[in-house]
Amino acid sequence: MSRRPYVREVPPTAWYFRHPRYLRYMAREVTSIFVGAYCVLLTVGVLRLAQGQASYEAFLQALQSPASIVFQLLAFAAASYHAVTWFTATQKAMPLQLGDEFVPGGWIAGAHFVGWGLLSAAILYFAGVF
Amino acid sequence: MDTITTDVAIIGAGGAGLRAAIALAQSDPDLRIALISKVYPMRSHTCAAEGGAAGVIKPDDSFELHFNDTVGGGDWLSDQDCVELFVREAPRELLQLEHWGCPWNREADGSVAVRPFGGMKKQRTWFAADKSGFHILHTLFQTSLQFESIRRFDEYFALDLLVAEGRCQGLTAIEMRSGQLRQFHAKAVIIAGGGAGRMFPFTTNGAIKTGDGMAMAYRAGVPLKDMEFIQYHPTGLPNTGSLLTEACRGEGGILVNKHGRRYLQDYGMGPETPVGQPQLKTMELGPRDRLSQAYWHELQKGNTVTTPWGECVLLDMRHLGAKKIAERLPLVHELAESYLGVDIVKDPVPIRPVVHYMMGGISTDTNAATQLPGLYAAGECACVSLNGANRLGSNSLVELLVFGRRAAESALAHARQQPEPATAALAEQAERSQARIRELFSQPDGNESVAGLRKEMMQTMEKNVGIYRTAEGLEEGVDKIRELRERYRAVTLTDKTNVYNTDLFQVLELGSMLDCAEAVTVGALARKESRGAHQRLDHTERDDANYLRHTLVYSQGREAPRVDYLDVVITKSPPGVRDYSGDHK
Amino acid sequence: MKERTVQLEVLRYNPDTDSEPHFQRYEVVCQDEWVVLDALNEVKETLDPTLNYRWSCHMAVCGSCGMMINGEPKLACHTFLRDYPGVIRVEPLAHFPIERDLVTTPDDFMEKLKRVKPYLIPKKPKPLEAGEYRQTPAQLTKFRQYSMCINCMLCYAACPEYGLSPHFIGPAAITLAHRYNQDSRDGGRDERQEVIATQEGVWECTFVGACSEVCPGHVDPASALQQVKILSCFDWIGEHLLPGGKK
Repeated sequence: MSRRPYVREVPPTAWYFRHPRYLRYMAREVTSIFVGAYCVLLTVGVLRLAQGQASYEAFLQALQSPASIVFQLLAFAAASYHAVTWFTATQKAMPLQLGDEFVPGGWIAGAHFVGWGLLSAAILYFAGVF
Repeated sequence: MDTITTDVAIIGAGGAGLRAAIALAQSDPDLRIALISKVYPMRSHTCAAEGGAAGVIKPDDSFELHFNDTVGGGDWLSDQDCVELFVREAPRELLQLEHWGCPWNREADGSVAVRPFGGMKKQRTWFAADKSGFHILHTLFQTSLQFESIRRFDEYFALDLLVAEGRCQGLTAIEMRSGQLRQFHAKAVIIAGGGAGRMFPFTTNGAIKTGDGMAMAYRAGVPLKDMEFIQYHPTGLPNTGSLLTEACRGEGGILVNKHGRRYLQDYGMGPETPVGQPQLKTMELGPRDRLSQAYWHELQKGNTVTTPWGECVLLDMRHLGAKKIAERLPLVHELAESYLGVDIVKDPVPIRPVVHYMMGGISTDTNAATQLPGLYAAGECACVSLNGANRLGSNSLVELLVFGRRAAESALAHARQQPEPATAALAEQAERSQARIRELFSQPDGNESVAGLRKEMMQTMEKNVGIYRTAEGLEEGVDKIRELRERYRAVTLTDKTNVYNTDLFQVLELGSMLDCAEAVTVGALARKESRGAHQRLDHTERDDANYLRHTLVYSQGREAPRVDYLDVVITKSPPGVRDYSGDHK
Repeated sequence: MKERTVQLEVLRYNPDTDSEPHFQRYEVVCQDEWVVLDALNEVKETLDPTLNYRWSCHMAVCGSCGMMINGEPKLACHTFLRDYPGVIRVEPLAHFPIERDLVTTPDDFMEKLKRVKPYLIPKKPKPLEAGEYRQTPAQLTKFRQYSMCINCMLCYAACPEYGLSPHFIGPAAITLAHRYNQDSRDGGRDERQEVIATQEGVWECTFVGACSEVCPGHVDPASALQQVKILSCFDWIGEHLLPGGKK
C-alpha cells in the first residue's frame, strides 16, 4: 500500500542496439579505431624510412599486398565518415555570433568541408598527383 | 499523521507563490517557509502566459495613464486605491525580475523594450518574445533555488485549511506519490493556487486550473468576490483552446469575418485603422471583453466562418511577414501550424473566444489579507479588485509579483505576532480532513462518474454563464450546479489505491470546481446589469446606482450560498464611458 | 474531422498490485488531429479511470507530459496521431524510476538542477533604483536559446550516458548553467564551473547528440555542452600553461 518505485536497468553492454541514433553514434566512435590504426601504420613507415632505403622499399612493397589494400580502403572510408560526422557537428560546438545574429550552422560546417577539400588538394599536389 | 511545522505555508508555486516565497526568504533567513504545490513549480500555469507584463517605464508614459487604462478597462469595478498602488509598484517588480535574470526583450541601447497591448493607451508591456509568462516563472523558480529556507513540497495536493481560535493556522495536504495525508501547522497561510478556468469546456487554461485554492478558502467561510466576471480571450484556437497571444494584434494582426470585413468597427471600436499600423486602444487593440462580445454578435448575424471545429472568425497576420513573425511571435506560428495546420505567414488563422481568466476570487484587501486572520491570497485565485469587471492583458503577470510580495509582507508581519500553533485543535481538524478522504474510499460505487459530472458542469457553464447571459439561463445554471453538487456527494472513486492516484485528485478537483461554479452562477444571477465581462441580455446597461459594488458569495455548505456586497473604492476617477473608438483620441 | 480507432499499448505499473510493469492495450476512437495526450485523456474518461499520467498545458510549454512514444522521448501533447499509423506504444520516460503507470520520479533531475546554481549571480550588483542592467539585443541572443528549456527531461531519457552513469549531471542542467554563464549580467561562472566542468559534469558527455534531437524547445543542449567543454579547456590552458595562471 505504499511507494515502490520501479527502476528499469539499462543493459551495460548492448544498450546501443536500442535505438538507431545510438548505433550511428557507435559507428562514429568505432571509426576512430581505423583512424588510430592508420596512424600506427604511418609511424611504422617513418621508422622504416629511418632504417634505410631497403627497409623503406620493403615497407612500400608490403603496402601493396591485398590485405593492406583492403585495410587502407576501410581506413579511408572510416576516416571519411569520421570527418563528415565531426565537421557536421562543428556548428554545435563552435557557434559564431556576428552582431545580433548567429551565423547559420551550415556555413560553419561548410567552412570545415571547404578547408578539408583545400588541404586534401594541397597534399595531393605536393605528393605529385597533379 | 505526519505534521510539518512551519512559519508560513504557501499553497501554489506559480508566479505569485514563488514571488511570495522569495520575499519571505529574503526578509528573514531564519523563517521556515513551506511551498506546497500539486505540481512541480515549473509546471504551474504561469508558464503559459505569452504576451507580457505592464509597467510604466518609458518617458511618455505615466502612472496616471496606466491607472486610467486599468480602471476604465475594468469598467469602474476596480478598487482605485488598489490600482494606484499597483501601477506605482509594478515597474519596480518588473525591474526586480530583470535583476534576477529575466530575458526581457531589449532596445538597441540595451534598455528594456515594451510593446503595445489591448486596452493600453501607451506602450508599456514588457515582454520576452511571446513566452513572457514562461520566462517569469522560470526566473522566479530558478531564483528561489538559492534560498535554503524555502522548503518545497512538490506534488502535494492541498485539501483543507486548518482554522483554530479564529485564525488560519495551517492546512492538510496529500503527498501525491504516497497517498499519505500530512498536516502543516503554520502561523500564516498564503493561497496562490490560480483560477478555475477548467469549469468551462473551451479554455486556454491548463488541466491543473481547477480552483482548489479558491474552494479551500470558500469552504473555510471566506467569501469569493466578483466571481461572475469571467474573461474570454478573443483569440483562442478553436480545437485545443490554446491561446494566441494578444501580441498578435499588438504587432498588427487584424480580425476579419467571412466577408473579409474588419467587423470591430461595427461595435464601437472604429473607425478602421490602416492594416499593419495598429493604434493603441482602438479596433484590434480594444479590450478583451469587447472583442469577445463582438464575436458573439457576428455569430448571431451569420458572419462567422464555418470550420470543422465550429464557428470562427479569422485572425490575419500575413502582412507582418515571415521575419517579424519569427522574431516576435514564434510560439504563435508554431501553435497554429502544429495544432491547426495553418501557416500564419501564408494564411489567416480561424479563432474563437475561449475562457481565459477569472477576475474574481478570494476576497482580499490591498495587503492581500482575507477576512480570515492569518490567511492571505494572491494571483488569479485572489480578488484584490485590481481587474474590476475586465482585466487588461499584461496586468495579471504583474499582479502576481506585486501582490505575491505584499502577501508575503503581510503574512510575515502576522506570523511574527503569533504564538506556536494550537496543535491539539488543529490535529482534530486534520482528522476530519482524513475522514473525508476515507469516506471517498469506502463509499460504494454508484452511477456518478467524475468524467460524467465534469462534462455536465462544463456544458452548464458554457451554455448558461457564457459571453452573454440571461435571467432564465442563469437560474437554470444555478439549479443545475446545485443538482450536480448533490450528485457529486455520491461520486464513484474507481481507483482505491494510494500511489499517485489521479482518479482521486480528479474527484477532489471536480469538487473544487463545483464550489467555484456555485459562486459564479449565484453571483451572475444576482448582478442585474451589464458590466465588463458580465453581459446580460435582460439588463443591457451598466447600473452604477445599484451595482457599483463587489459581489461577495459566502458558502453555506449544502444550503444556497449567501450573497452580500461591498462598495467599490473610488478615489479619483468617477464612473465614466468606456471609449475605444479612434475618433475621440 | 475524421475519426479513427487507435490502438494504444500503455505500460502499466501499480506498486500495490504489480511486481513489475506490464503492457495494457486500449482501443479508443480518436479524431484525426488529436495528439497522443488526447487519446490518453479519452482512455481515462471513457475506458479506465485508473490510468495515471501527468499533463497540464496542452501546448508544449509546461513540460509535464514527457513519455516514451514508440521508443522515442516525446511530449504527449505535441505528438500527433496522424504521424503514427500503427499501434502506439506508450511508456514512462526512460532512465527515471517509475512511480506508477506513466508517472516517473524526477527527484534526481530536480536535485541536479539546483546543484548548477541556475540563477543570476551579478557581476556588479546594483540597486533597483539604478534601473535595469543594460543588455543589447546581441548579448540577449547569445544566451536566449538556452533559456528556453522547459525542464521536460526528454533529453535525460534520450541520453545513453545518463542511462549508464546516473551521476551525470546531464544535458538540461548543464545547459542552464551555460545559459547563466553566457549572460552579460552574470559573474558566477567560476562557481558553476566547479560543478559542471567535472567528471560527472560535462566530461561525462561523449557528444552522442541525442539530447538535441529530442528537445521539443530546440534548445540544443548538445551545443551548450560542447561549448562548455571548449571553454573549460581554455580555462585549463589559462591556468596551467600561460604565465600568470592560477596554478
